[in-house]
Amino acid sequence: MIPKAFRNLPVHLILSIAVILFAFPVYLALIGSTWDAATIGRGQMPLTPGPEMVENYVNALTTARGGRIIGYPVQVFLWNSLRMALAIAIGKIVISILSAYAIAFFRFPLRMFFFALIFLTLMLPIEVRIAPTYKVMSDLGLINTFAGLTVPLMASATGTLLFRQFFMTIPDELVEAAKIDGAGPLRFFWSIALPLARTNIAALFVILFIYGWNQYLWPLLVTTDRSMETIVIGIVKMMGTGEAHTDWNLIMASTVLALLPPVLVVILMQQWFIKGLIQTEK
Amino acid sequence: MQRRVIFNNRILPYLLLLPQLVITIIFFFWPASQAIYQSVLRQDPFGLRTTFVYLDNFREVLSDPLYIESLRVTIVFSVAVTLFVMAVALLLAVMADRQIRGAQTYRTLLLWPYALAPAVAAVLWVFIFHPAIGIFGKVLAANFQWDYKLNGTHALLLIILAASWKQIAHNFLFFLAGLQSVPTAIVEAAMIDGASSWKLFRTILFPLISPTTFYLLTINLVFAFFDTFGVIHALTGGGPGRATTTLMYKVYMDGYVNLNLGQSAAQSVILMLIVSVLVWMQFRFMEGKVHYT
Repeated sequence: MIPKAFRNLPVHLILSIAVILFAFPVYLALIGSTWDAATIGRGQMPLTPGPEMVENYVNALTTARGGRIIGYPVQVFLWNSLRMALAIAIGKIVISILSAYAIAFFRFPLRMFFFALIFLTLMLPIEVRIAPTYKVMSDLGLINTFAGLTVPLMASATGTLLFRQFFMTIPDELVEAAKIDGAGPLRFFWSIALPLARTNIAALFVILFIYGWNQYLWPLLVTTDRSMETIVIGIVKMMGTGEAHTDWNLIMASTVLALLPPVLVVILMQQWFIKGLIQTEK
Repeated sequence: MQRRVIFNNRILPYLLLLPQLVITIIFFFWPASQAIYQSVLRQDPFGLRTTFVYLDNFREVLSDPLYIESLRVTIVFSVAVTLFVMAVALLLAVMADRQIRGAQTYRTLLLWPYALAPAVAAVLWVFIFHPAIGIFGKVLAANFQWDYKLNGTHALLLIILAASWKQIAHNFLFFLAGLQSVPTAIVEAAMIDGASSWKLFRTILFPLISPTTFYLLTINLVFAFFDTFGVIHALTGGGPGRATTTLMYKVYMDGYVNLNLGQSAAQSVILMLIVSVLVWMQFRFMEGKVHYT
């Protein structure tokens, strides 16, 4: 019989190739961010780091001005994306945990109707109602505002479903005991339900942070002012139609800055991330 | 379904629901109802008169060769992305599921692309496949006249690749979770009976993870239909010609860029129906109805 280490060789080979292929685009972006625009534009970029790394990142962050691009400081975009991702993640969690608590712990007229209403939003993603939603936004004067960028994305059927599911698993005895001890609904929420839900909250937060950071269509519709732009939109605008002789060094430096936060979140908080991903979808 | 022990309060539950409902009604149901309303109306060119036209807008949209063309592109694109993603993800998951050294590390190293925005993935792939400066693009351009900006097939191939990358990471995680929930006793019994790896996979593992497979099938279709907007917008802008204009991209162009409201509303309603069917399928499969044990 072949020793186990050798039998597994093809498996390791396939997985290693996949790992390398997955990482290659990001490696190339890292290399691209260390060369000058002319070298890249001639199609002569080597596969090893170049000498201009610090200049490129400093330039991208502070002015993003190159030979072809008259950009906008990427640090503004990064700050916008961070604010947006945090606001969406926190807002979604607060709003959906409150509504899930109402649906799970109270009996009141129209309860199931409201629940169905929240559930139905799953069938109405922004993608299928672009024009009328834009009209609502401009009627309310929310174009180019931070509220316009974040509040409409805070309604979440998945969050409500997840927390409702969790609240259903809290034992009746616990609720009885709390009631006998004189706890009202708000006290029970604050002192018992919320602390019990904290692992669910953490997992959902990781997923929603990435969701918020990576938004594309919504910021594209709602922001026209460059100072309001997110990093993802900012990079795509920098690239434009993707001419050979553009400032690829700045584009690649900005791309690395754009992908670093969500990738770090996934790698460093992997346990939460996996829990969140499987929970929100399953 | 409801808890047995509950709190009694007449006003509090409504207050708790209020923020969610306000946002839902203003930003979801009101615009959606506007889309449905406009889809049966037509405005004259000066915007002075609107007339009720029954389903004329739908008839027009569905008989428009450009719409049919974008439907074709959408089907080719979605089927290609879904099959490619699931085949690669399943292969990798089966490999990583084996009792091998470093399985955890492989999982981390295959998972992180999920964190990338589709549009960022598009920028990264342009940098590789650009016909003049891309490291692979140059070689392909020299040998096969590769140019995704001029050749529709090339453009479609590139957006399929860029869109699939991130989704493979996602599917990999779910397949792996599915495989790891298959009881070891069944796998060991099959191995004692002398089943080969292939036979084990085909007759035991694959049927047992079929709920995951069907679930991922719908998730991937939703992803390919809607979430790939960023890839297309950043990479090809729907071109060259209309080679990469999907239904979703066309709604965006007609409704937001070209402001053709009636037709765009009809297209929106059609997309709503498609999402509804897909979400319904997703929840059916989630309940584990597809299971062959």
